[in-house]
Amino acid sequence: METIYLTIVLAPLIGAIIAGLWRNQVGKAGAHWVTIIGVGISCVLSIYVLLGFTHGDAESQNLSLYTWMVSDGLRFEIGFLVDQLTAMMMAVVTFVSLMVHIYTVGYMAHEEGYQRFFSYIALFTFSMLMLVMSNNFMQLFFGWEAVGLVSYLLIGFYFKKETAIFANLKAFLVNRVGDFGFILGIAAIAMYTNSLDYAEVFEKSAGLANEQITVFPGTSWSLMTVICVLLFIGAMGKSAQMPLHVWLPDSMEGPTPISALIHAATMVTAGIFMVARMSPLYELSETALSFVLIIGATTAFFTGLIGIVQNDIKRVVAYSTLSQLGYMIAALGASAYAAGVFHLMTHAFFKALLFLAAGSVIIGMHHDQDIRNMGGIRKYMPITWITSLLGSLALIGTPFFSGFFSKDAIIESVHLADRFGTNYAYYLLVAGVFVTALYSFRMFFLVFHGNGPRDEHAKAHLHESPWVVTVPLVLLAIPSVVIGWFTIEPMLFGEFFKDAIYVDSANDVLAHMGEGYHGALGFVVHGVMQAPFWLALGGFLTAWYIYMMKPSIALDIKVRFDWLYTILDRKYGFDELFQFVFAGGSRMLGKIFWKGGDQFLIDGVAVNGSAHGVGWLASVARYLQTGFLNHYAIAMILGLIGLVGWFVILQ
Amino acid sequence: MSVEKFLFYVFAAMLIFASVMVITRRNPVHSVLFLVLAFFNAAALWMLAEAEFLAIALVLVYVGAVMVLFLFVVMMLDIDLSEMRAGFMKYLPLGIGISAVMVVELLMVVGPAYFGLDKYAAPAAKAADYSNTEALGTLLYTEYLYPFEIAAVILLVAIIAAISLTLRKRPETKYQDPSKQVTVKKEHRLRVIKMEAEE
Amino acid sequence: MIALSDYLIVSAILFSLSVAGIFINRKNLILLLMCIELMLLAVNINFVAFSYFLDDMAGQVFVFFILTVAAAEAAIGLAILVVLFRNRHTINVQDLDTLKG
Repeated sequence: METIYLTIVLAPLIGAIIAGLWRNQVGKAGAHWVTIIGVGISCVLSIYVLLGFTHGDAESQNLSLYTWMVSDGLRFEIGFLVDQLTAMMMAVVTFVSLMVHIYTVGYMAHEEGYQRFFSYIALFTFSMLMLVMSNNFMQLFFGWEAVGLVSYLLIGFYFKKETAIFANLKAFLVNRVGDFGFILGIAAIAMYTNSLDYAEVFEKSAGLANEQITVFPGTSWSLMTVICVLLFIGAMGKSAQMPLHVWLPDSMEGPTPISALIHAATMVTAGIFMVARMSPLYELSETALSFVLIIGATTAFFTGLIGIVQNDIKRVVAYSTLSQLGYMIAALGASAYAAGVFHLMTHAFFKALLFLAAGSVIIGMHHDQDIRNMGGIRKYMPITWITSLLGSLALIGTPFFSGFFSKDAIIESVHLADRFGTNYAYYLLVAGVFVTALYSFRMFFLVFHGNGPRDEHAKAHLHESPWVVTVPLVLLAIPSVVIGWFTIEPMLFGEFFKDAIYVDSANDVLAHMGEGYHGALGFVVHGVMQAPFWLALGGFLTAWYIYMMKPSIALDIKVRFDWLYTILDRKYGFDELFQFVFAGGSRMLGKIFWKGGDQFLIDGVAVNGSAHGVGWLASVARYLQTGFLNHYAIAMILGLIGLVGWFVILQ
Repeated sequence: MSVEKFLFYVFAAMLIFASVMVITRRNPVHSVLFLVLAFFNAAALWMLAEAEFLAIALVLVYVGAVMVLFLFVVMMLDIDLSEMRAGFMKYLPLGIGISAVMVVELLMVVGPAYFGLDKYAAPAAKAADYSNTEALGTLLYTEYLYPFEIAAVILLVAIIAAISLTLRKRPETKYQDPSKQVTVKKEHRLRVIKMEAEE
Repeated sequence: MIALSDYLIVSAILFSLSVAGIFINRKNLILLLMCIELMLLAVNINFVAFSYFLDDMAGQVFVFFILTVAAAEAAIGLAILVVLFRNRHTINVQDLDTLKG
């Protein structure tokens, strides 16, 4: 198995290296073939590994391949932990990645830096696999940072575009905030358990459940809460949870395929994966879980609202992603890790689908991304239209579609959970369903229905995208529709995650739900009776009414609720706040250090000051150096007299 | 008062007198001559202290060489004496004051209270065949051989330094340059030219 | 008998006189050199006297070296003085202030 795991991880890396370092030698075709083959190998083997778990009798494996160093008993290793959770993540990551690779052949066909792009996304696949397959915190952190790096590189892929480099810098800085918390969490773990290995840490953590630590004088916090919250701050950065979500919408400056792969399907879910992986730790801290729950629910609802007023097609999908990530996080907060991971999987398919479809539209519109300029595209791009429709339906939670199962499970488990903040979270999540339906179909109707593109020139060139674009859409649409139906039972209520995710029996809401579960059909029937379904329907109808029947209403509402529109359009002012407080604050701090520390203290006092001091001393001392022999002689003789005088007095 | 003591006082008085003259004479030539007198008296005092070799060396080396050097220099240089004397009276009180303080202090330190005969008795007389020169020579060529050689080097350096400092090339003087003489070739001296025979 | 203190007193007076000489002949470089010779002479008298009264030849060896160094010093000093006079046409110490800071 070791060889298989290594092949899975290294195949994309080799592809990335070949496409990156020998880009001129391999050429365009060579670059995409070598990376697609690399990722394809990974994908096939990952699915093989996954099938081993689902249909075979594969055991979870914990392998240590290489010890990098041992420092005071702390082992830094590279190793693989492959269990059901990892296998599922590997399959999702490599599958979506493969789809995106294929899609990119069409999307980037006429762009500069074609080979570079393929090198980056293959490198991303490698990093993400390292992250999910890790069996220790160091490798987790390596993968965590590596995907962040690739994300940075890809957001700034069009590095000549000012907004792009601003966006990638922003993503990088915001992620640093999260990573700071993350590495502090890891450090705390290493400090208290003296190990970085998952298995060892989990084993020892139970004994630390009641440990109290003092972070600030006079306070006493539970160690586990501190660790979990710190780790979660890392997840907040990577998974773009409020208030660290601001980088994700801006990351849409990157090419669309990576928006689909990195900023929707895989990298941003690393936080969810991490929390699920750390479930044995989180189960020890009720407080941390409440924190997770509240952050998730808040993000889910409020970022969804922003999605309603966005006009950039990719940004709408980006806010939708934020909102869905909020759902997953909320599920984790309710101890329904499996539900969160389940939603992660379904979301990966349909959100990648939506992004790639949006990309397909963007190709058709010749890189115009404003949905107000679109409309009636259905006629010209039927495959994109139908796959988008399927993706949107899955997203809003239409019964039988994959999103329905996962989202309903989340809302239900939050409803059943019993801890601080569940009521708040429940109402926000339920209301979020309406919002989701509204923004999804607002976009859908504006893009695909109604009157044709306003620009006649654009209309004339509008046609369906090439097969390399549409094939991934279709291939992603299939799991978007059906995967929920087939996998809900083993993943949520079965024993699939039994070994991988630990849930304290007191918190096990999914088991509680499972008691009333009688097959997928029964789940659908039950779901149709619940509020979320009707709210989704309401959202869909509202969108249909406003944007299909009476477009004037939209303008009316906009004028009447101008204040609300302004708030949403300004995204609650997070950007301005951060710009003012953190960017401005650090600029001010920098200025203080520059002016006060560097210019005044170092340059003024230390460097020039010492020179001036020497100069001043010399200007005083030069009066002693008259150059006259007599003066030196008199000084000598006076010294002699003084010396003898002292001698006389001593006698 | 013994003869020795009488001689001591005479030489000491003359030494002091000569020194005073050295520093107060207007003409530097006179000063040098008084300095010579001072050295002679000092040599006499050293004789009384049974340092015969050094006394003779002082007279021969110092008076014979160094003081003559002084005399040469003083006579060679065309010194404006009036300028040299400017400020003499002005600084006289200060000089006297300082040296008075110094004398008083030094006397308090080196006076009979500490270095009188009762503290340091005169050594017993040496045997008749005792040679001060031999004793000094034995010491110099054995125990102090290296310092002695260093002293020789110092003197050599001083000679070279003094010569190289004062040596100057006068453009009107003609010199021989041996290196040029050695490296000369016949082409430098003889030029063979071909020319038509003239009638 | 001649006491050690007698030599020392003579030498102290000689030394003080040469100090006074340095003060009152502050302009004449030659006289300054002569005063320094006098100072060295005073020191030498001390050495000889101590050598005699302590019955230790080392004092005389020292005088020997001092004489050597003083001769060298006088030779070089006078050479410098000659060069100086040749270049500046003065040996007035007051005019020799190019080292002034």
